[in-house]
Amino acid sequence: MDVLYFAWVRERIGLPKEKVETEAATVSDLVAELSAREDRYAAAFADLSALRVALDQELSDFDASLAGVREVAFFPPMTGG
Amino acid sequence: MRVVVQEEAFDLGAETNAFAAGDAANGAIVTFAGVVRDLASGDLDVMEIEHYPGMTERALTKIAQEAMDRWSLGDVLVIHRHGRLAPGDRIMMVATASRHRKDAFEAAEYLMDYLKSRAPFWKKEITTSGAEWVAAKDEDEDALTRW
Repeated sequence: MDVLYFAWVRERIGLPKEKVETEAATVSDLVAELSAREDRYAAAFADLSALRVALDQELSDFDASLAGVREVAFFPPMTGG
Repeated sequence: MRVVVQEEAFDLGAETNAFAAGDAANGAIVTFAGVVRDLASGDLDVMEIEHYPGMTERALTKIAQEAMDRWSLGDVLVIHRHGRLAPGDRIMMVATASRHRKDAFEAAEYLMDYLKSRAPFWKKEITTSGAEWVAAKDEDEDALTRW
């Protein structure tokens, strides 16, 4: 699946987008998998209360299932307007 | 209903005039424009606005559609920019048209409250001394509960 990062999450991880091969069942499982990879991921995902997640471009939550999901995006709370 | 996400500047006057000329059944037109505010210190150089292409258009369309469903509106316009903006530049505007002003005012406030924390934009303030992401405010999230 495609995993996208925005704002300081993108800066901390160091890339805007990557393809991830994963068997993760939920968003939390994916976060645990990514965090175990390298420190920069662990640092970005250290405080999940400071993060939001979208699945296929719809806001979701960390307990959500990844079944059938093609695009996951992680970002800080939005500041539009 | 029209939703526009663009990097270029927009003409607030021309957009307002075109929107207001839509339909004589709309006795009330409300517009709101957001402007890049300088820091209290006065040294903001650039406001960089990042967004999530694809999700941004979907989120704005959903918010605009919800406003149309909830209030009696003749039309809704949302324009939101991204990219590098300077203090004083217009970031965004919303316009609502309805038979009577109450619906137009309320719907415009609703649009703004949701645009603040449910549309995937992130602002970064760049000054001569560095760059900092603008943190979301609790009060912006709290503002949604009134709807």
